[in-house]
Amino acid sequence: MANHDIDITVRRGTVHALIGENGAGKSTLMKILYGMQKPDEGTIEVDGEQVTFSNPGDAIARGIGMVHQHFMLADYLTVLENVVLGSEKLYGIGDRARAKIKEISDAYGLNVRPDVHVEDLGVADRQRVEILKVLYRGARTLILDEPTAVLVPQEVEALFDNLRELKAEGLTVIFISHKLGEVLSVADDITVIRRGTTVGTADPANTTTKQLAELMVGSELPSPETRESTVTEVPMLQVENLRLTATDPDGVVRSLLDGIDFTIHKGEVLGIAGVEGNGQSELVEAIMGMRTLESGVLSLDSVDISHRPTRKRREDGMAVIPEDRHRHGLLLEAPLWENRILGHVTEKPNSKGVFLDPRAARADTERIVREYDVRTPGIEVTAASLSGGNQQKLIVGREMSHAPKLLIAAHPTRGVDVGAQAQIWDQIRAARREGLAVLLISADLDELIGLSDTLRVMYRGRLVADADPATITPEELGSAMTGAATGHLEAPVEEASADDTPADDTSAEGPAGTQADSGTGPRAGADTPNDPSTPDTGSDTDGGEDR
Amino acid sequence: MKKFDKERVLLAIAAPLLAIIVAFLVTAVVLAATGKEPFNAFRIMFDYGSKSDSQVYILNKATTYYLAGLAVAIGFRMNLFNIGVDGQYRLAAFFAAALGGALTLPGAIQIPLIILCAMIVGAMWAGIAGVLKVTRGVSEVVSTIMLNAIATAIIGYLLQVGRLGELDEAGTKIATKPLPESAHFFEFPTQPAPVWGFIVVAIIAGIVFWFTLARTRFGFDLRTVGQSGSAAEASGVNVKKMIVTSMLISGAMAGLIGMPTLLNDSYEYGGDFPVGIGFTGIAIALLGRNNPVGIALGALLWAFLERGSGQLEFQGYDKEIVGVIQGVIVLCVVIAYEVVRRYGLKRQQRQVGAKLAAQARNSENQEVSA
Repeated sequence: MANHDIDITVRRGTVHALIGENGAGKSTLMKILYGMQKPDEGTIEVDGEQVTFSNPGDAIARGIGMVHQHFMLADYLTVLENVVLGSEKLYGIGDRARAKIKEISDAYGLNVRPDVHVEDLGVADRQRVEILKVLYRGARTLILDEPTAVLVPQEVEALFDNLRELKAEGLTVIFISHKLGEVLSVADDITVIRRGTTVGTADPANTTTKQLAELMVGSELPSPETRESTVTEVPMLQVENLRLTATDPDGVVRSLLDGIDFTIHKGEVLGIAGVEGNGQSELVEAIMGMRTLESGVLSLDSVDISHRPTRKRREDGMAVIPEDRHRHGLLLEAPLWENRILGHVTEKPNSKGVFLDPRAARADTERIVREYDVRTPGIEVTAASLSGGNQQKLIVGREMSHAPKLLIAAHPTRGVDVGAQAQIWDQIRAARREGLAVLLISADLDELIGLSDTLRVMYRGRLVADADPATITPEELGSAMTGAATGHLEAPVEEASADDTPADDTSAEGPAGTQADSGTGPRAGADTPNDPSTPDTGSDTDGGEDR
Repeated sequence: MKKFDKERVLLAIAAPLLAIIVAFLVTAVVLAATGKEPFNAFRIMFDYGSKSDSQVYILNKATTYYLAGLAVAIGFRMNLFNIGVDGQYRLAAFFAAALGGALTLPGAIQIPLIILCAMIVGAMWAGIAGVLKVTRGVSEVVSTIMLNAIATAIIGYLLQVGRLGELDEAGTKIATKPLPESAHFFEFPTQPAPVWGFIVVAIIAGIVFWFTLARTRFGFDLRTVGQSGSAAEASGVNVKKMIVTSMLISGAMAGLIGMPTLLNDSYEYGGDFPVGIGFTGIAIALLGRNNPVGIALGALLWAFLERGSGQLEFQGYDKEIVGVIQGVIVLCVVIAYEVVRRYGLKRQQRQVGAKLAAQARNSENQEVSA
C-alpha cells in the first residue's frame, strides 16, 4: 500500500506544494491524480464534480496535465514538433499550431521558440517546453514533479516567475518537492505527506523550513555538533593534468575533460559544482577507470593507478556512490544480498578465493540493512522493490563496508528523503574523520557547500573556478556554474557574516547551514552559530593554487 | 521471507505450465480445424511416449538436447544470443570424429581426447564471434549465423573421400573413419535398448553450470553483465573480456552436444549426423529459463514430443503437428515469462510497500501506547 487516507484540497489559482520524504507516496498520489494509477477507494473531485480517471487522457480532458521529472521530449524534433506530437488534432501541425504556441508562450512569459531543435536547448528551456506542452493540451491544473531538481538557482527563480504568471492567469499548480526553502518561497498552500498519508498542512507565511522538515520526518531533526576540520596534509587522490577525449561518429575529436588538476587529502571533502553535463560524469568514470585517459596521471595513496583496471582500483580502496544508481550501482532484479556483492565480489566477506560465500554475504547484508537503516522486509527481495532512498542507503552501506580510502560520491542524496539524507551526510563525515578522502559531486549546492572542505567549479570539462565553502553562497556558485565567473570566487563582505543565519533558514534541504561550518557536524537544522575558525582550514588545502 | 519464496516458486512454475497447456489447446484447435479428432492424437502421443523403449529414446535424445540448452543458456545469461551453437557443435563433432577415427589409444585417453577436441573446436568457432563483437562491434547474432553457414561449407568440403571422409563398405555413404571400439562410451544395459552413458556427463555439465554461475566469482560477474552491462562495468568487470570468455565457454559446451551421438551411437560423422540441434537448444533454454533444472525438464519434454510425433504418422495424423505444438510452446513461454516477471516485480514492490507501512504503523502505535 503506497497511499492511504490521503486528503488534499487544492484551491484554484494557487500554487500548492506537496512535500514529503522520498517513498512517502507523493509520486503515487500524483499518478492517481493524473490517471496513471487507480485508487482502491476514495474520490477525486474537480471543480466540485466527482471524476474517475482511467488513463492520462481522461485527466487531460479534465484539464489536468503533468510535467514529469524526467523530460519526455524527442531531441531531434523541434519544439513545435514535440508540442504537437500526439495532439495533432488540436491545432494541426503547421502555422495554426505555431501561432497557438506563440500565444501560450507570450501569455505566460515562457519564452519558447517553436522552431529550435530540442537538442539545442538547455535544461531550463526544455522544462518550459514541457510546461507549454501541457498548457497546449488545455490543462488548467499543472502537476510538476520535482521541477527544480535539475536547475541552478537562477533558473529556479525564473521557473518560479513562470509559475506565478500561471497562477495570476487563474491556473492551478501542484508542485512536488522536497526542497523546503523553495516550497516556502513559491507555494500558497503546503500539504505534507508521510508514510503514504497526509499528516498536515502548513501556511508558508508563518512556517519555517525546520518545522516543515519535522512534519515530513515526523520527529525532531538531529541537532548539529561542531567538529574540527579533519583535513590533513597527506594526499590521497592526485589528479594531474587529466585529459579525456571522445571521437564523434563523424570523426571529430571533442575534448570532454581538459587540464583537470586537483588533490584530495586524507580527511578532505572536495566538492565539484557544475551544471550537469559539463564533464562531471566523465571525471568520475575516468577516476574509476571506465574510460581511457588521453593524458594525465592519477594516483591513489601515492600509487600511480592511471593504467589499473576498475576492479583493481576498487580493491585498492576506491568506493563509489554512482550518479545513476539504477544504471551503475544496482542489479535491480537481483536480491539485496547479491547487490551487496556487486562491485566487491573479490573482497571479503563476499568471496573466499574464487568462490562466492553467500552465507557471509547474506549475513553482512543483514548488518548493512540494520546499521544503515535500510527499510526492507528482508534481504531476499529485489533491489527494485525498495524506494530510492533505501536503495541509496544500501549502496552507501556497501561502499563504506570495505574501508575505503577514497569515496567518489556523485549526487549521494539525490532523490533521497530528509532522514536518509542527514544519515548519509553523517556517514560521509564520520568516514572523513577516519581519514577518508571524498570527491563530492552534487547538483544540490547547499549540500556541496555544507559538506565540502574545498570547492571547485566545473564548466565545459574544465575546472574554471574555486571557492571557499565557508564564505560562498549558492548564488555566486550558480553564476560560476554558468561560466559567468571564473578564478577564485570571493564573497562580498556581508556574506561572510551569514554564519549567524538563524537555524530556520538552513534546515533540511542541504547539509544546509550553508555559509557556516565548512564541514562539521550534521547540520540539518543548525541552530547554533558555528565556530568561525573552522572554515579557514578548508581553504588552505587546495583552493586553487595548482592551476 | 519463506512465504515470499514459496510464492515465487509457484510463479516460476505457473508460466511454463500455462504455456504448455495453451500450446496443447492451440494445437487441438488446429487439428479440429483440419477435420481431425484432436484428443485422440494426444492420447496416441502419451501412450506411445510412455512405453519403455520410448523412455530410453527420450532419455538419450534429451541428453543431447540438454547440452544444447546449456550451451545456449550460458550466452543468454550474459545477454548474448549465440545462434551459432548449431555450427559450433557440428564442426566440433566433425573434427572430433575425424581425430577419434585416426587414433587408436586406450579408451581412458582416447575418449577424453575426443571430447577435449570437440570442446576446443566449438570454443574456437564461437570465439570468432566473440572477438568480432568486442573488437569490431559485430552483433553476435549476425556473425554466428554466418559462421553456421561457413561451418556447413567446411564440413561439406572436408567430408569427401580423399580428405577426411571415406566410403562405407556398401559404398553408399561417406563418413569419417569409424571410432575404434576403445573409443566407445559406456552404456547402461537397460532393456529394450541401452541408455547412453553420456547422460552422466550431461548431468555433470548441468551441475558445473549451476555451481559456476551461483557459487563462483566468475559466475557472479557473468550474471552481472547479463543483468546490467553498465553496472557490471562500474563494478569492475571487464565486460569485453567477459564477452569473449563466455562465448568461448558457450562454444565449448556446444562442442559437447554432438558427443552423445558420436560416442554412444553413430561412432562416426556422416551425412546423417543430426543437424539443427543448436536451434532446438534455443527453444529449450527459453523453456527452461536458463536454469539447469528447467532446461532438463525442457529437454525431456522436447524429446517426448518428438517421440510421440513418429507414432502419429502411423495413425493417420500429420507428424508436423508436433512442430506446431513446439512452436506454440516457445511463443507462449516467452510471453508468459515476461508477463510473470513483470507481475512478480510489481507484486513484490507492493508487498514490500505494504510490509513497511505495516511496520511503520506498528511502531507508531507502540510509540503512542508507550
